[in-house]
Amino acid sequence: MFAYILRRLGALVVILFGSSFLLYNLSAISTDPLGELRLSDAPNKDQLILNLTRELRLDLPPPLRYFIWLRGVLGIFAGRADFGLTREQEPVLEAIMGAIPTTIRLVAVATLVAIVLGIALGITSALRQYSRFDYGMTFFAFLLFSLPIFWVAVLLKQYLAIDFNDFLVSAKISPPWIIGFSIVAGFFWAAIISGSRRQVVLIFSGVFVANSIFLSAISATEWLSYPRLGPIAILVIGVGIAVGVTYLSVGLSDRNALKTTLLMALVGTISYFPAQPILSSDRPRLGILLLFIALLIVSVSGALLFARVDRGPIIRTSVITSVFIGIFILIDRMMQAWRPYVESDDVNYRPVATIGQSTIWLSEVSFWVRVLDFAMHLILPTLALTLISFAGYIRFSRGTLLDVLNQDYIRTARAKGLTERTVIMRHAFRNTMIPLTTIMVGDIAGIVGGAIITERVFAWQGMGTLFNKAINSFDLNLLMGVILFLSTLAILANLVADLLYSVLDPRIRVGAGK
Amino acid sequence: MARKRKTVEIVNDANENAILNKETEGLSQGQIVLRRFVRHRAAMISVVVLFTLITVVYTSLDWRIGDKDDPFIIPGWWKYGFEDMPDLRYGDDCVGGSLGCPSIDMVPFLDGDGTSLGPHPFGQDDIGRDYLALVMRGAQRSLLVMFIIGAIAATLGTVIGSIAGYYRGWVDAILMRLVDFIITVPVIIIGSVIGFHFGNKGAAFLALLLGLFVWTGLSRLVRGEFLTLREREFVDASRVAGASNRRIIFKHILPNAVGVIIVSVTLLMSGAILLETALSYLGFGVTSPDVSLGLLISTYQDAFTTRPWLFWYPGLFIIVIALCINFIGDGLRDAFDPRQRRRLSRKEKATARAMRNRSEVA
Repeated sequence: MFAYILRRLGALVVILFGSSFLLYNLSAISTDPLGELRLSDAPNKDQLILNLTRELRLDLPPPLRYFIWLRGVLGIFAGRADFGLTREQEPVLEAIMGAIPTTIRLVAVATLVAIVLGIALGITSALRQYSRFDYGMTFFAFLLFSLPIFWVAVLLKQYLAIDFNDFLVSAKISPPWIIGFSIVAGFFWAAIISGSRRQVVLIFSGVFVANSIFLSAISATEWLSYPRLGPIAILVIGVGIAVGVTYLSVGLSDRNALKTTLLMALVGTISYFPAQPILSSDRPRLGILLLFIALLIVSVSGALLFARVDRGPIIRTSVITSVFIGIFILIDRMMQAWRPYVESDDVNYRPVATIGQSTIWLSEVSFWVRVLDFAMHLILPTLALTLISFAGYIRFSRGTLLDVLNQDYIRTARAKGLTERTVIMRHAFRNTMIPLTTIMVGDIAGIVGGAIITERVFAWQGMGTLFNKAINSFDLNLLMGVILFLSTLAILANLVADLLYSVLDPRIRVGAGK
Repeated sequence: MARKRKTVEIVNDANENAILNKETEGLSQGQIVLRRFVRHRAAMISVVVLFTLITVVYTSLDWRIGDKDDPFIIPGWWKYGFEDMPDLRYGDDCVGGSLGCPSIDMVPFLDGDGTSLGPHPFGQDDIGRDYLALVMRGAQRSLLVMFIIGAIAATLGTVIGSIAGYYRGWVDAILMRLVDFIITVPVIIIGSVIGFHFGNKGAAFLALLLGLFVWTGLSRLVRGEFLTLREREFVDASRVAGASNRRIIFKHILPNAVGVIIVSVTLLMSGAILLETALSYLGFGVTSPDVSLGLLISTYQDAFTTRPWLFWYPGLFIIVIALCINFIGDGLRDAFDPRQRRRLSRKEKATARAMRNRSEVA
């Protein structure tokens, strides 16, 4: 295993050398940084050309320049890498390091949402194979495959930012919209749950009525203008999470697990009250940490208290429940920052932001307002990236689960009388996750590359902006820095994917047979 | 009771299989695939839509062949060319008094008197150019780029993949390292570098260069397919019979790998049209004065609030083209997949049930 990793890392160096040589020369031969100067009519034109030639070493042929650049980069093994300077005389390394956090923030949230939603929809679609829901999801996925992201982004800017901000001023949902949303929700759930015609009609009307009442209440209480969860909503959500997680994880028939998770819902609601002063103190990060540590301790000890046998799965279930409830407590705290944020002069009642990664002049405000500011800037780009990338996860998880469900061990599991939930969640879902994990990891570099367009549309200052700047200003050092970073990421991600595969699936042994 | 139902299901299953098998009796592999493909409703609709679209797009504008000053002109069905600048309609001519509004009227009774195209169905751009002509030109460029990229990637990917997979050893090692070099850099990055430097040399040239970099995924697939197929008995048999390497590759292995190739080339083409539009959007693709769908969107994205048609129409064309190709690819994948079983129609299920009843009576 160790030898295998070493060999792969060796190959990484060789591949990086090859691809950087290829791209360096390709871009060096085809660019002419002097072109603009040659056409200019400045009086000291010759002097300028001479200066630039000396600065960029244009007197040397590109392959030679490549090796000069490479010597600096290879300093990485001697402890001091030199990726050269950008055209603005800033070290390339610094420029890239400054851009990475922004890009990661953009990509990480979108990928996470895409993975969770994509897998959930894909698996539901596979379990309802050949149903209307399945066909609907297939069409939806293909539609998303075919959408250009910059086109979606402009639509989102118009309808989710400009129009939605206008709507938020009054925050009254008009009856046609309520009815429309409820019909959509009704169709969605009826299609997922399905059953006989009578059941479908029942589900549809149930969801329709519940949803209409819910939306009317939100509209009447102006909840969207004054969003707040509060202890009661936390309790309701907590019980919902407890039942849902228990159902998916160990099944509702396990009374001990259900008791533990319901206890966690109660503890979460109680901890809501001491959490408020802690989270609002001047050290909120420590507060978040404390809250989660407390929740974890209670969840583990609660599980140990209730469960006599089969403790592992119950502890897991209870921990997952408490983490979700903790997240909702944080969301509630963020919502409390909504009014100060919206009413501040810089935001001026237009909370959903269309450009930039944060409101820069919001520096003297509280932690939670800044978090909210980040979140509001994240919404649109994340949504655009998610929409584009989760179609792949829908298709792939659907296909993999269908393959797995045809395997013999699934038939065996059913034959020995396991419940359908156990068969799906323990036997099928886990095996579906093996190829999915490797696909996810392998995709990372591609997603970072794809973020270039998103950054452009939403004017974020990340890797994509650097890349654009590098190309447009003939900045070879910066360009190579970005490319080197992306290709290293791609190769490392591939390596991690291969290793993960062998960890998850013991039948596959890496490095064997060579 | 439950067991009884299970047996019935199994019997039904066997009868259904019999019905399915009867259909494919005496047909060649190609005929079976074609039949399955024709049955795929979404794919067939997509084929019709795509061919109609291609015909409409390529016959819309005048074709100018020969030298610039005295070209041989094949007239198209649309009166304006993409470089013509007719008078800009505004004010009272337009609904709402906007600038260069679209005059298309597809829904009678809703607004206007009936279905009509009007002088400028998709509206006009800032300087009065007819937007229908621009969109048609853009779609022509985008389709051209798509087909060139598809053709080059298919050829390169298949040839390199089959050579690597068939000969193995050092040939394989060298070719696959070449693939590694290219595959590590995201396509959009390579595309931008190429497009920035060569975008002004025309769409076809750009597509040619892009095609040189997108074949890598396909070649890996083909190589994998060849690695398994070359170990099969029929390959051994033909080698013993004295067939040359070339004959084995082209006559024995390639026809068996053609399903994988066709499917992934289709999907590659839908990726190619999105790649071209994305590059043009970033300014690294087709450049003005030529037109492409991505370039149109990029130019007019700020006009969305005031003149949304400048934004909707090119986007609509991109989506329709990419969607059709994706569905065709899906249909092809189902058609080439031997495990794929068609869902029986209600009538055929009834026949299967009738067959069971008959056997029970007997």
